[in-house]
Amino acid sequence: MAVPGHSVALPRAELQRLLDALSAKGYRLVGPTLRDGSIVWETIQHVSDLPIGWRDHQEPGRYRLEQTSSNEIFGVVHGPQSLKPFTFAPREPLVQIERSRDGFTARPTLPHSEKVAVIGARACDLAGLIIQDRIFLKDIHRDPYYAARREGLFVIAVNCTRALSTCFCASMETGPRTKSGFDLALTEIDDQLLIEAESEAGVDLLSALSLSPATHEVIGEAAARVDACARNQVRRVDRTGLPQALYAAHEHPRWDDVAVRCLACANCTMVCPTCFCHKVEETPDLSHQHTAHARLWDSCFTEEHGYIHGKNIRQTTKDRYRMWLTHKLASWIDQFGTSGCVGCGRCITWCPVGIDVTEELPALLRPGEQQPATSSQ
Amino acid sequence: MDNPYDIHPATIVEKIREAEDITTHRVQLVDKQVRQQFRFAAGQFNMVYLFGVGEVAISIVSDPDEPEFLDHTIRAVGRVTKAIADLQPGDALGIRGPFGQGWPLEEARGRNVVIVTGGLGCAPAVGAIEYIFRRREQYGSVKILHGVKTPHDLLYRERFDKWRRAHDTEVLLTSDQPDKTWRYHIGVVTELFECVSIDSAKSIVLMCGPEIMMRLGVPILMRRGIPATAIYVSLERHMECGIGLCGHCQMGPYFLCKDGPVMRYDRVEPWLGRVGV
Repeated sequence: MAVPGHSVALPRAELQRLLDALSAKGYRLVGPTLRDGSIVWETIQHVSDLPIGWRDHQEPGRYRLEQTSSNEIFGVVHGPQSLKPFTFAPREPLVQIERSRDGFTARPTLPHSEKVAVIGARACDLAGLIIQDRIFLKDIHRDPYYAARREGLFVIAVNCTRALSTCFCASMETGPRTKSGFDLALTEIDDQLLIEAESEAGVDLLSALSLSPATHEVIGEAAARVDACARNQVRRVDRTGLPQALYAAHEHPRWDDVAVRCLACANCTMVCPTCFCHKVEETPDLSHQHTAHARLWDSCFTEEHGYIHGKNIRQTTKDRYRMWLTHKLASWIDQFGTSGCVGCGRCITWCPVGIDVTEELPALLRPGEQQPATSSQ
Repeated sequence: MDNPYDIHPATIVEKIREAEDITTHRVQLVDKQVRQQFRFAAGQFNMVYLFGVGEVAISIVSDPDEPEFLDHTIRAVGRVTKAIADLQPGDALGIRGPFGQGWPLEEARGRNVVIVTGGLGCAPAVGAIEYIFRRREQYGSVKILHGVKTPHDLLYRERFDKWRRAHDTEVLLTSDQPDKTWRYHIGVVTELFECVSIDSAKSIVLMCGPEIMMRLGVPILMRRGIPATAIYVSLERHMECGIGLCGHCQMGPYFLCKDGPVMRYDRVEPWLGRVGV
């Protein structure tokens, strides 16, 4: 937590100074912006590009923005995008291949490492980023595409002081206070911004701004508001014994119940900060002399995901929803030593029929009328 | 390999027609340095690429001590495999790999080996058998139990005959839908367990084929005293990356592309046969 000397205060009206300092260091600034009744990451130049005075309201299957009379800069908690698109690109060209006289030549197409400063990421987004770092950078192979994008990323996080009805980060122990992975973290307290630096780059930037140290009062007030945000969360996940209980619930009748509601639209996997499934696509040009190999986000809810010549491992929506939830909250822990869920609540909000993971889990863990195990073969 | 997505050009040097829809392509990597650095273990696989069409995971069935040439046995069942099967010597393919965990052939040294295969999907096991036969003196008795649906599905007839003639080797074939020409056993492959003596303390079992064969067969072997830790199965799932990132090949907590495709039975036992896993 912030202590005097390591934290500075910036009048809210002067946030532009921070943005200008980042621009001067060569960063492209990206922040939350209003578009089509939602919030998306866009390149910004000025504080006025941010959704000042707006707030989001999220419920199962529902996202609404409301304009208020306040000057709050970070009143919107989040839109459908986490930090994922910045590092794990929705479409990443992998290799460019040219036909040659006796075959072909292949050339990897690594993205250039652009300096991007993202302002407004939340604790859940950072938790998602750290999980994806583990997957893409610390496994048997280091993914060079993710690594190149990650290298240039500067994150200015915002500690949450307002909980959405769909938030459950407190129970997942990922928020609402940012823990790690950021360069700077802001807490908006009325007309003040408390700024804490975590990384060396963040410390450098702050020192260049020569701001006054934050007072005990500001630090105390920020802590109190973030704590209140945690207490105000109405949704939670009880993780006690969760992986084993979920594995054991494989034949639970609740899967049939949720499968009736689930449209298998894949929205939950697209908005999830941690989902990493992708497919590899080959796109030859019309001359058939050049072709490109790219990876695209995929989802375990698609028909093709479990397909193997002549059969589909996960034929039904029930199989696919069970795969997603069991992976997210159980097998993910076996694979990567961490849960795949950060409690951001996006899968609840952006589900067209409002399926709520915090409601499905307890239902799945309550004793149900067990059905006899059946075989797929 | 620094970039696991980089594709290395290779040339088909020989095409062996195994059956109507099964082809073995022997390929050689074009780049001398890549070729010299390429090392693999029996049971590992490559992502085999065809220009403009795409990639598919294919096990390497040639001998790991001769990595100059890489044999890939391909069954033409899908868009990519059909196009690859049509290629001829001199044509180009791409190779990414090798990936995955192969057969425990080091661990099997000095032990009796029981190889149980079913159906058409036994190419990875053929690689393991050939590996053992090139080092026959290093292994104890070898028993090959192979089951097919119809006699028409019996591939590698010459190889089975060759293996049958080898020292301390038994080959048992069975068909559950035989015709008049069939002169071997009748029934499913797991019924062959009754026909062989297995020294449960000295044997290691390698299985490749449909998952139902494993689920029904392994309990029979275990009842005969073979521990689950001495039974290895080669499993199949959809694979696009080969490095545990694309997510398609998951089976419970495993990514079969990096934790498998060969898995020790006790590790996968809870997941085999679970619907949708």
